[in-house]
Amino acid sequence: MTDKIQKIKIAVASGKGGTGKTFVATNLFYAMQHANLPATIVDSDAEEPNVHLFISGSLEKSFEITQKVPVIDEGMCTHCGRCHDYCTYNAIFHVPSMHVIKVMEDLCHGCGACFVACNDNAISEKQSLLGTVSRYAVDATHALVEGRTKVGVYSSVKVIKSSIAEADADPFVLFDSPPGTSCPFIQTANLADFVVLVTEPTPFGLSDLKQSVEILREMNKPLGVIVNRAGIGNRDVYDYLGKMNLPLLMEIPFSREIALAYSKGKLISAIDQLWLEKFQDLYKTLIQQSWK
Amino acid sequence: MEVAVISGKGGTGKSSVVASLASISKNILLADCDVDAANQYLLFQPNHSEEEVFVSGQKAEINYDVCTQCGKCIDYCEFGAISEVNGRVEISEISCDGCRLCERICPVNAISMLDNDKSRLYSGTFRYGHMVYGRLAPGEENSGRLVSLVREKAKEIAKENNYEVILYDGPPGIGCPVISTITGIDKVIIVTEPTLSGKHDLERALETVFHFRIYAMVVINKYDLNAEMTEEIKQYCATMNVPVVALLPYEPVVTEAMVNGKSYVEYVPESIVSKNTLNIWKNIQNEIK
Repeated sequence: MTDKIQKIKIAVASGKGGTGKTFVATNLFYAMQHANLPATIVDSDAEEPNVHLFISGSLEKSFEITQKVPVIDEGMCTHCGRCHDYCTYNAIFHVPSMHVIKVMEDLCHGCGACFVACNDNAISEKQSLLGTVSRYAVDATHALVEGRTKVGVYSSVKVIKSSIAEADADPFVLFDSPPGTSCPFIQTANLADFVVLVTEPTPFGLSDLKQSVEILREMNKPLGVIVNRAGIGNRDVYDYLGKMNLPLLMEIPFSREIALAYSKGKLISAIDQLWLEKFQDLYKTLIQQSWK
Repeated sequence: MEVAVISGKGGTGKSSVVASLASISKNILLADCDVDAANQYLLFQPNHSEEEVFVSGQKAEINYDVCTQCGKCIDYCEFGAISEVNGRVEISEISCDGCRLCERICPVNAISMLDNDKSRLYSGTFRYGHMVYGRLAPGEENSGRLVSLVREKAKEIAKENNYEVILYDGPPGIGCPVISTITGIDKVIIVTEPTLSGKHDLERALETVFHFRIYAMVVINKYDLNAEMTEEIKQYCATMNVPVVALLPYEPVVTEAMVNGKSYVEYVPESIVSKNTLNIWKNIQNEIK
C-alpha cells in the first residue's frame, strides 16, 4: 500500500516552547484516525516527549540509541596527545607531564577522529546509551513513534534522527518537533515536506516565529502558521503574516475548555465535534499544501 | 548567588516570572540563557554596551578544483553528512557536525573549515541593573557553549558591580543548554503548569536537577486551570522533598503586561499573581543572608 500513494511528512514546530505544538499534532492525528486515513505521529521532542500522554497504543518494538565513545588503554598510550588535538569537542582531557588521559564521555560526539589520530592502537570503542526509540501500534494503520533522550545526555539529535527514520516507510507522518531553531529543530524540519509553525499573538511569540521563518525560508521549506491562544496579545503576528505572505492555517482561541481538556491529557477533537471538523479541514489543507 | 529559572516544558510562563522577579529585586544581574529564543531583551530593551561574536562551530567545505572525488571522506563521516549527489561528493551543511575529520583525512587537502560566526553575545544595562544575553543564529549549534559564555560574562559583570544575585532565564527542555545553565549554580526554580505534560516534564527536569545535585524549588503557574492536577503536582513535590514556593493564578493581564513592554509586577503590582511572585523572591533572598 505504501508504495502506491504519495508519502507526506509534516513537521509541527515552534520557536517558542509551549505554544501548542503537541496540541495541534495530536488533534490532527486523531482527526486523521477518525477519517480512517493512515497516519504515524513521531514525537521527536526527545528531551520532553509528551505525545504518549494523549495517544496510547501497544508497544511493538523499542530499541536503544547509542553512540560510540573511545576507551583509552593506558598501557598502550604513549601520551603523544594526537587524539586530544584531533578532538574538536574537548572530550579528551590530557596532562602529558602527569601521564593523565581521560575521556569525558558527556562531551564526545562520536565523530571517530580520535580513533584515526591514534598511532599506538590504544583506542578502542564502546557504545554509550543516548536514549530509546519506541514504536506503538495505535490500531492497524496508526502508530506512535517516540524518541526519548536519556536524562543527562547533552544532545538529542541522534535520537531524533533515529525516531524519524523509524517512520520513514509510513505513508503519512506527523512530527511533533522539538522547540527552538537550533540543531534538533533543523534536523526535524529538514526531513519534512511542509512545516506548520504554531505561535501565539504575543511579542515573545512573534519574535520566536520570525526566527523560525527566517531559517525555514533559507532552507526553502514550504510553511504555514497556526495562531494559538488567539484573542490574547495583539495583532502584530497577523501583520507579520500578511507582510511575509505566510498562510494562516488555523486560529485557536484561548478557551478554558481547551486548556482543561489538554491539562487532563484529553484531545479536544475527541470531545467536541466542532474541533474535530476544524482539524479535518486542517489536514486537507496540509495535504494540498504539501503537494505544491 | 546564581539562581536559574527553568521549566522543562516550554510556555509555562517562565520568562514572565523571571521578568517579574527582576522587577521585584530592583537591582540584579539578569542573564537570558534561552539563547535559541531570547526574550528578556524584548521586554526590558537594554542598552547594548558590548557585542561579541560567538563562533558556534565550523562547517566543512569542499574545494572542487582540488577534490578528486575519491570518496574517502564519505566513508569516514560518522554523521552521514557527506554523500555523492549526481556524481559529485557533497557535504550537507545541515548534517555536518564540524568535527574536522574529513579535513584531516582528505588525501589532497581539498576540505577546509568555515566558521559559523553569526551568533552573538550581548551585555549592557537595563532599568534594574545589568543584562547579559546570547542569541544563537538560527540553525547554528553549540547552544551549551554559548550559555557557558553568557554565564561567564554574567559572573564577571556581577563581580565588578557587586550584584548579590545573578538570575538566569533558562531554556526549555533538559538537554545541553539547560545542563550548561544549571551546572554549578546555587538554586533552580522550576516553573510548571497543572497539565499532564507539565507534570511529566517537571519530573524529567527534576531528575536532571538532582543529577547535578542542585537545590530545587517549584512554582505552579496557572494553578487554577486544573485544581486537581495542581494537587497532584503538590503531592509529587512533597514526596520528592521539593518545596512548592508559589501558586500563581491564570490572569490574562500577564499577557497584556508583556504586550505593553512591562513585567506583570510592574503592570499590575496589586494583583494576586504579583503578590504571590513576591514569595518566590523571598525564598531566593532567604539564602543570601
